[in-house]
Amino acid sequence: MSAESLFPRLEPLLPRVQKPIQYVGGELNSTVKDWDEATVRWALMYPDAYEVGLPNQGVQILYEILNELPETLAERTYAVWPDLEALMRSEGVPQFTVDAHRPVRAFDVLGVSFATELGYTNLLTALDLAGIPLPAAERTEDDPIVLAGGHAAFNPEPIAEFLDAAVLGDGEQIAIAITEVIREWKDEGSPGGRDELLMRLAESGGVYVPKFYDVEYHPDGRIRRVVPNRAGVPSRVFKHTVMDLDEWPYPKKPLVPLAETVHERFSVEIFRGCTRGCRFCQAGMITRPVRERSITTIGDMVEAGIRESGFNEVGLLSLSSADHSEIGDVTRGLADRYEGSQVGLSLPSTRVDAFNIDLANELSRNGRRSGLTFAPEGGSERMRKVINKMVTEEDLIRTVTTAYGQGWRQVKLYFMCGLPTEEDVDVLGIADLAMKVVKAGREATGSRDVRCTVSIGGFVPKPHTPFQWAAQCDHETVDRRLRELRDALRGDKEYGRAIGYRYHDGKPSIVEGLLSRGDRRVSKVVRAVWEDGGRFDGWSEHFSYERWMAAAERALAGEPVDVDWYTTRERDEHEVLPWDHLDAGLDREWLWQDWQDALNSGEVEDCRWTPCYDCGVCPTMGTEIQIGPTGKKLLPLTVI
Amino acid sequence: MWKDDGTLKKPVPEGPAPEPVAQRLRVRYAKRGRLRFTSHRDISRAVERAVRRAGIPVAYSAGFSPHPKISYAGAAPTGVASEAEYLEIGVTRHCDPSEVLAELDASLPPGLDVLDVVEARAGGLADRLEGSVWEIRIPGADPAVAEAAVKEFWTADRVEVERLTKKGLRRFDTRQAVASLSLVDGPPRTAGQEPGQPCVILRMVVRHETPAVRPDDVLMGLRLVAGFAPPSPPEVTRLAQGPLDATTGEPADPFELDRAGGDR
Repeated sequence: MSAESLFPRLEPLLPRVQKPIQYVGGELNSTVKDWDEATVRWALMYPDAYEVGLPNQGVQILYEILNELPETLAERTYAVWPDLEALMRSEGVPQFTVDAHRPVRAFDVLGVSFATELGYTNLLTALDLAGIPLPAAERTEDDPIVLAGGHAAFNPEPIAEFLDAAVLGDGEQIAIAITEVIREWKDEGSPGGRDELLMRLAESGGVYVPKFYDVEYHPDGRIRRVVPNRAGVPSRVFKHTVMDLDEWPYPKKPLVPLAETVHERFSVEIFRGCTRGCRFCQAGMITRPVRERSITTIGDMVEAGIRESGFNEVGLLSLSSADHSEIGDVTRGLADRYEGSQVGLSLPSTRVDAFNIDLANELSRNGRRSGLTFAPEGGSERMRKVINKMVTEEDLIRTVTTAYGQGWRQVKLYFMCGLPTEEDVDVLGIADLAMKVVKAGREATGSRDVRCTVSIGGFVPKPHTPFQWAAQCDHETVDRRLRELRDALRGDKEYGRAIGYRYHDGKPSIVEGLLSRGDRRVSKVVRAVWEDGGRFDGWSEHFSYERWMAAAERALAGEPVDVDWYTTRERDEHEVLPWDHLDAGLDREWLWQDWQDALNSGEVEDCRWTPCYDCGVCPTMGTEIQIGPTGKKLLPLTVI
Repeated sequence: MWKDDGTLKKPVPEGPAPEPVAQRLRVRYAKRGRLRFTSHRDISRAVERAVRRAGIPVAYSAGFSPHPKISYAGAAPTGVASEAEYLEIGVTRHCDPSEVLAELDASLPPGLDVLDVVEARAGGLADRLEGSVWEIRIPGADPAVAEAAVKEFWTADRVEVERLTKKGLRRFDTRQAVASLSLVDGPPRTAGQEPGQPCVILRMVVRHETPAVRPDDVLMGLRLVAGFAPPSPPEVTRLAQGPLDATTGEPADPFELDRAGGDR
């Protein structure tokens, strides 16, 4: 199909939509390569609005890596808002990339990065606007391979019907490998059509092609087994792990948008993976082991990134940033380098201890000490043992006392509601904790000018975690507990006014739960919701719980399963889970044991500083923990 | 926070005070092509980043969240192109305006193009921007109908329109702000235009008044007085802005005073 720019047809629509600049492209450091000189062409999609999708690190990394390859090009596409969608339908303008405004259908691969399941309906909008048949089975040689990645792709079954393929884990190397397979196949004259291409990808063992696997069910609805339906297809598909992050210092040239986005900063991933072992945390389970980027590479990336982008804020990202073995030297070194330069540093995702406050102090040398965030996640000591978040009340009070004492005025605390074995008292414990925090703050400062904000969201059990067998808490119970907590906080005369309370209601968590642990039968629900107008499910103003429930009832009529079966039902040890054939390296018996330990409030240490406890990842994946210290320091830029 | 002597102590950041402004530079820039869809906020973010990338020694305000000293004069609305936008940068050491022109232009994305930089030698740039020349391209419109509408508008005393502003729905006159209005010839080039389709080009000089009368307000006025409605979205460009010449009614170059050495 023609890959000519659609911009002349799009341009007249832009004055009629909100924030038209998001559809224009031309970001600093974006790339437009010659279409005819490329053999393999990727359209990369983040299935949410541009303002959320543009800063996404995964997409930016793959975009840069693929565009560095010879004879390969990559362009980006994002979900269009309903106002433009309506105009594109009436004017017949298909889904386009923002780089050269080429039609998405003209590409070889449409790679979609799913950070969350709530982007599934947006995938269908993009496919439909692109003119790509929704069911993968109906696609022809003129359609791209629709490929899913990102954390949600560790269970792609709920959208398997719409996917040609999925990859698990780090994308850098597998994106290059897929490119090579496609190039070879095209150079040979595309023998055997798309079926052979998918077969070549599947054979490698690193790409999951859903159509090569049959799912068989028991009469009661449980899965009997998932088996390859043709020879040469491996029975298990493994995740990908990039070792030595210093060899992959991306993004080198961050995209700088004209439009306003959710993160206006240059982000450097300081390490990948986390072995703290929090049982609710899918990211911590599926990204093992910990692989640090060295202090010198971090320093180089920050320096180049600021120079190339003009951003004045740098985020040091990871799942638990203070855990980098040389984080003290990293923050001190960067704070020294950029002192007086208007470049701000931020360190999201930190844990509860005094060391963190030293880091935060370092990062706010001349700035205002406004707010610090900690995530105890569970409201009671017992709850925190169940989720393996080893923070005692004593730790927390000691930490916040230090923070308030050093000039911080506000402490934010993150919690979850609806955790396994949770009872009302565990959630109400959050109120006690928040009051003790304020009390400690008043004592430490001698002032009543201290605040504490409690932020709480519903827990969703995720695949590849010890809680994958757990019953999700129903939304009525979650909402009731959240209300009772609110009343306990607001009703307190002494502390109520010093405590802020932010919460999300429990209904969206049920939909997220359905999509997280669903199987292929859930594809019908996703499609029914989309056909009924479901879009942008991550946005409260677009999300409709009622639409999801009504669609599920229609789509699952005649099946022995329903929404409750997928969400609030506890699974037993030997039930075949929809993602059991997709391997994150975690030993299933270890996960089950960890689930049992959770029920008995047993704790697990971090394998970075205690002996291996056999989660299975390193031997299965052939990986190892890569941490410092390197002993190196960051020198002032003028010396270098 | 109260000090011991009972006076109120405003918290100030530690460390040295920001460097003072040594020179003010005035910049004329264009917003062209697809970058006409940038909003004023988009442009100010892009300029701040470009200034940092270019290494221009911009001055910062004091306080806990220092802001670069860059100010903007009457930005064109989102979706409207411009050949004459203005901003002023305070810098901490003397810079050669022609170097700043080259560096800033190279750091801004194509479509945000720096056209002229002068050192501020006279006060009040914003006050000098008394009026703008606007060009409105309306593909597919009938020139005869447009001609009649322009005549109708021009002979009216008042043409009131309504627009939703930040302060709610406001009703105001558009006629008195319009210093001239005519149909002009020009190359028929507009987004989405079929070849050979007629294109009406309106040119007008509009005085900057409060409430501001924008080109789309005048178009609304044309619709109200004579039923002239663009069949597709018009493409609007600001061609110039500056002090209005008493005899010609056209804007002059607002940098003239600065180039002449100022009024000091």
